[in-house]
Amino acid sequence: MPRYDEVEVGTELPARTFTITRADLVRYCGASGDFNVIHWNERIAKAVGLPDVISHGMMTMAQTGRAVTDWAGDPGAVRSYSVRFSRPVAVADDDEGATLTVSGTVEEKLDGGRVVLGLTATVGDSKVLTAAKAVVQLS
Amino acid sequence: MPVSRDFIGREYPASAPYEVGREQIRRFAEAIGDLNPAYLDAQAARALGHPDVIAPPTFLTVLNFRYATEGPISDPALGLDYAMVVHGEQSFELHRPVRAGDVLSSVQSVEDIKDAGRNELIVTVTQVTAAGGEQVATLRSTIVSRGTAAPREPKQA
Repeated sequence: MPRYDEVEVGTELPARTFTITRADLVRYCGASGDFNVIHWNERIAKAVGLPDVISHGMMTMAQTGRAVTDWAGDPGAVRSYSVRFSRPVAVADDDEGATLTVSGTVEEKLDGGRVVLGLTATVGDSKVLTAAKAVVQLS
Repeated sequence: MPVSRDFIGREYPASAPYEVGREQIRRFAEAIGDLNPAYLDAQAARALGHPDVIAPPTFLTVLNFRYATEGPISDPALGLDYAMVVHGEQSFELHRPVRAGDVLSSVQSVEDIKDAGRNELIVTVTQVTAAGGEQVATLRSTIVSRGTAAPREPKQA
């Protein structure tokens, strides 16, 4: 677990990549209770103007959050976490699915051993999250 | 069809108790592809100082679906077509991690409904407490209803 004293503004989290396939979406539907058809029915997703079945925003948020929790060591150290979903993540009906690339930087050191992390999540050249920030309690 | 603005400011009664179980946390962790031992193994969680396995930071999103029918989103009077909905923003304030054994109560409210170009934004807040009224988390969720904003009146010259 990184120590507050050793972390500086600008400290970078290890970059991560995560994949998401149609099978992952089905699993996430079941575990979250979010069965919105746009996450599993390509016909309806396209009929309502989306490029394809799209990933749950909350799946992208969870995967991006993993860069934070793995860095923090204790996932219980996350005090707040917020994102804007700027672009949908289309998930094609193939074995590769979509690839999410996540990076993060310490943006600010707060009182009480807390740090603010700024996070970036991209698919290809597109930022799929903006204003993604987490506050983590360090020791 | 625009979403009803009558819902702005509505607060709903506290949900029935939501019992957080180890298997449920495991299933969520597996679904997000994160096999962190703190989510799966009580001993590993205790080694970090938690009384039992804890849930991933975004786990409480399940409450919004579990109690959807008790809140605004699936109320037909709101007039939302869920196939036109995408998620706009989400935040979690976590006073402490959720853990197995928690019995949670949640209160949903509608903070705002407004146009954003041709779309509409619906902002809901969920306050989550544990037994004894202990504050656990606040969720703020903005969902986007695509293309449902009322057409604008042409501006007078």
